[in-house]
Amino acid sequence: MKPFVRHEGLVAPLDRANVDTDAIIPKQFLKSIKRTGFGPNAFDEWRYLDRGEPGQDCSRRPLNPDFVLNQARYRGASILLARENFGCGSSREHAPWALEDYGFRALIAPSYADIFYNNCFKNGILPIVLPAPVVDQLFRETEASPGYALTVDLEAQTVATPNGEAFAFEVDAERRHRLLHGLDDIGITLTHVDKIRAYEARRRQETPWLFL
Amino acid sequence: MTARTLYDKLWDSHVVDVAPDGTALIYIDRHLVHEVTSPQAFEGLKIAGRKPWRVASVLATPDHNVPTTGRDQGIADPVSRLQVATLDANCREFGLTEFRMDDARQGIVHVIGPEQGFTQPGMTLVCGDSHTSTHGAFAALAFGIGTSEVEHVLATQCLWQKKSRSMLVKVEGELGRGVTAKDIVLALIGRIGTAGGTGYAIEFGGSAIRALSMEGRMTICNMAIEAGARAGMVAVDEHTVDYLHGRPYAPRGALWDQAVAYWRSLRSDEGARFDTVVELPAAGIRPQVTWGTSPEMVVPVDGRVPDPAEAPDAVKRGDWERALQYMGLKPHTPVSEIPVDKVFIGSCTNSRIEDLREAAAVAKGRRVAAGVKLALVVPGSGLVKHQAEAEGLDKIFKEAGFEWREPGCSMCLAMNDDRLEPGERCASTSNRNFEGRQGQGGRTHLVSPAMAAAAAVFGHFVDVRDVQ
Repeated sequence: MKPFVRHEGLVAPLDRANVDTDAIIPKQFLKSIKRTGFGPNAFDEWRYLDRGEPGQDCSRRPLNPDFVLNQARYRGASILLARENFGCGSSREHAPWALEDYGFRALIAPSYADIFYNNCFKNGILPIVLPAPVVDQLFRETEASPGYALTVDLEAQTVATPNGEAFAFEVDAERRHRLLHGLDDIGITLTHVDKIRAYEARRRQETPWLFL
Repeated sequence: MTARTLYDKLWDSHVVDVAPDGTALIYIDRHLVHEVTSPQAFEGLKIAGRKPWRVASVLATPDHNVPTTGRDQGIADPVSRLQVATLDANCREFGLTEFRMDDARQGIVHVIGPEQGFTQPGMTLVCGDSHTSTHGAFAALAFGIGTSEVEHVLATQCLWQKKSRSMLVKVEGELGRGVTAKDIVLALIGRIGTAGGTGYAIEFGGSAIRALSMEGRMTICNMAIEAGARAGMVAVDEHTVDYLHGRPYAPRGALWDQAVAYWRSLRSDEGARFDTVVELPAAGIRPQVTWGTSPEMVVPVDGRVPDPAEAPDAVKRGDWERALQYMGLKPHTPVSEIPVDKVFIGSCTNSRIEDLREAAAVAKGRRVAAGVKLALVVPGSGLVKHQAEAEGLDKIFKEAGFEWREPGCSMCLAMNDDRLEPGERCASTSNRNFEGRQGQGGRTHLVSPAMAAAAAVFGHFVDVRDVQ
């Protein structure tokens, strides 16, 4: 996994609440057995005017001019500003895969759905929670100033605006540590093999029917 | 000893280790696997040269992509076919039990787990699917995970988790005639919102929940995720024990007695403290219909489509306006005047035998309305289908003009050929009314099985209490 330490990037605003993972990556693209290549289909139904199917050349498809990410000023954005309950719905990890493949490294929203939030950390994306009034302010500033960029510092746990204002955010120490160093969860867990075996041995005694 | 909630008990009994920040390594007893969220996990295992930790903990089946007609021809879509073939190959390579597409026991993972007795009280159970919360109906700690975690569980039998806060949803009293488990959970989501349960594990309790069958409890726990909660659960009682007795994977003989004795302890202690308590009196719940593009956009069937001008805040106003535009609805329209083009009875929320019985009771002796292009009944598993046929439900549906299909996820998410065309409106017993969920441009209204059957025969929503 790519480590995340500090990132400065252009901000794109997606001003709607409850953006679900079906919207982030529609189901027809979930038929892929790969982990990569979902970026061109991120937000497919909002982004293009035609019907999206796997295997299309997305560079030739008609773009929806009304969709915010299609505006020239947000091209190359790597920080997505969103509203509450972002990533709700299906557990599909294809959603963070699509966002990452599109180029997003960090998300900022007042809240996220649990499974999606968790999935982001497994893919080097930092989902930042900031209070709703701060998110409101960032929406206003982003929309008011083309080229608006933020600096996210995971080490310091801050989001800094171009005029130097900084907002602190919370993140679990363990998640922060793993993301800062790009650590592989399975590798870490397998250093606990003895504890897992001991647990299993005890449970086999106490609740043997679980191990039939 | 302090009084503990059911969630506390399930959590405490599965902690293997705790990191300094409180993140715990949790042991996973059961792992359900389907074709969509597993191929990249198996690939990861192979690249790292790892093997599944405990093959007996895994049960796999293809459900999302499978066709509901013409199974003997195989899967026509080559992309879907490859995904299902990949699951078959992975299960064969790693020695995992799989109910393949042609197996009589194949079905939606969240239907076959309980049906086989693979899901049991006191377990932790995961699946790469958000509706894994369904299994909490058996007093199990069950939740959906992403593909990285699918790989993690396969490799280590564990997951790193932060303990959630606890919420008790108390539904006391008696449900009115024609009001079902689906209406309880839709009414709850309408009340607390789709993020109301975020960060919580919800226990459903109260006399109305205790009165529900296991099927009804599964419907409610299934949609806990739609309230934002990863896990929903119900305490063990006689319904739970009776349901599991004699199931293929349930313990037998002395182990059965030992298990049941343990299972009976799986309830919140008297005086256990919850972080939040929500009371939802059963008597006030009416049959529900969603009008928008989020399950929280829901009103009783005798209500009207709301007016964005009355939304509580600016963000919601924008959401409501967009939802009405997408749904092609005007504010103040009575719900009973909304016509439907298609009807879908199925999904991991409502495709069990009791759901089909409720729908068939409404369909019996009636005909699907002329304006309805397609009314689909998709049983949740091969065994549910078999049972329904033994009871003659298939005949009732077919005589009424419904199509009787093979089991799978089908039009809940339209990964197979069952889908809505742009602009089509559907009365659906599934769980999500998101934009495009049932097909690009499709418009979904979530309802109970009886309400869906009633919409099919009348061609528009009707109050099922006036029909039965």
